[in-house]
Amino acid sequence: MGSATSDLPSLRTPLSDAAEAGLKIVIVGGFGVGKTTLVRSVSEIRPLNTEELMTQAGVGVDETRQVATKTTTTVAFDFGRISLNKRLVLYLFGAPGQERFWFLWDRLFSGTLGAVVLVDTRRMDESWYAIDRLEHHKTPFVVAVNRFDDEPDRYSLDEIRQALCLPAHVPLVDCDARVRSSGKGVLITLVDHLYEMAMAQEMTL
Amino acid sequence: MTRRPVDIGDPDRLYTITGGRSRADDAFDLVTLIVSESAPRAGMQSEHARILDLCRHPTALVEIAAEMKLPITVMRILLGDLLAMGRISARHPPPPRPQAALPDSALLLEVLHGLRNL
Ligand SMILES: Nc1nc2c(ncn2[C@@H]2O[C@H](COP(=O)(O)OP(=O)(O)OP(=O)(O)O)[C@@H](O)[C@H]2O)c(=O)[nH]1
Ligand SMILES: [Mg+2]
Repeated sequence: MGSATSDLPSLRTPLSDAAEAGLKIVIVGGFGVGKTTLVRSVSEIRPLNTEELMTQAGVGVDETRQVATKTTTTVAFDFGRISLNKRLVLYLFGAPGQERFWFLWDRLFSGTLGAVVLVDTRRMDESWYAIDRLEHHKTPFVVAVNRFDDEPDRYSLDEIRQALCLPAHVPLVDCDARVRSSGKGVLITLVDHLYEMAMAQEMTL
Repeated sequence: MTRRPVDIGDPDRLYTITGGRSRADDAFDLVTLIVSESAPRAGMQSEHARILDLCRHPTALVEIAAEMKLPITVMRILLGDLLAMGRISARHPPPPRPQAALPDSALLLEVLHGLRNL
């Protein structure tokens, strides 16, 4: 998967000894929509790949020996990281949006700050499911449109919002996943959105 | 996403590593930071020794898993062993919130500052 990039260290770079808390943001989207590219463009490490076990039924690993049975499959995902300050480190996960992945959502991503749904306008239908599942899991999210050069028609954000039936309060932005400042902008949009909602929630308490 | 039979060479490798256990310690989040409390010792299970080696500085569970090429569940089992032996300490993320509850605004502000300073 990840092609080597020369500007990122290829050896493990340890966190500061003062690092206290890891935080999570998940980037969800269909095949080839640019998840890994976005993670790479903002990460301080080369994106790493890992996997979790899943039984055929999607229930997880439970019974004795299930861990090694041949019917166990794996779900792979990649991640990068951003040291926010000496104490806080943010992990960005690139997660495939397909159905079976959602069986693992709680086990992997409970407590996530929020999610970015990455959209490719050439395959917009693939984003529907992700949006529906995030709503189901009550995970706050923003939507980012990764613009590819060979897009047939350049849909406006308004048209995309309509096509996705996206409520007005969910931020929708353009991005170029290959560009660091653009990826950074998407993350700021998400956390800004979370902050506004958290402030509103705290006011009503 | 890849979906394929677990291809780990020897199909019993994971079984051997975990001693057949499948109950993982759910207290370990993907981003729980692990720190070694002692150096590896001769005669330790090699995976345990490897973890102690990797965690001289705080290291997230998911980074250890990627480095060791082991699934998350297996990492949780191995880390549970080491924690019970007092050989690692774990720095957990902010505790899970009830569904639909948002993270603390002060924390979010800290995240925003961190991102803006990138
Ligand atoms: N033109 C253009 N190409 C892009 C952009 N973002 C990603 N790509 C390319 O699209 C391809 C797929 O990007 P990835 O980042 O691997 O997509 P992914 O979502 O991680 O894909 P999977 O993990 O396989 O589902 C790569 O060849 C990228 O270089 C973009 O904004 N514009
Ligand atoms: Mg990818």
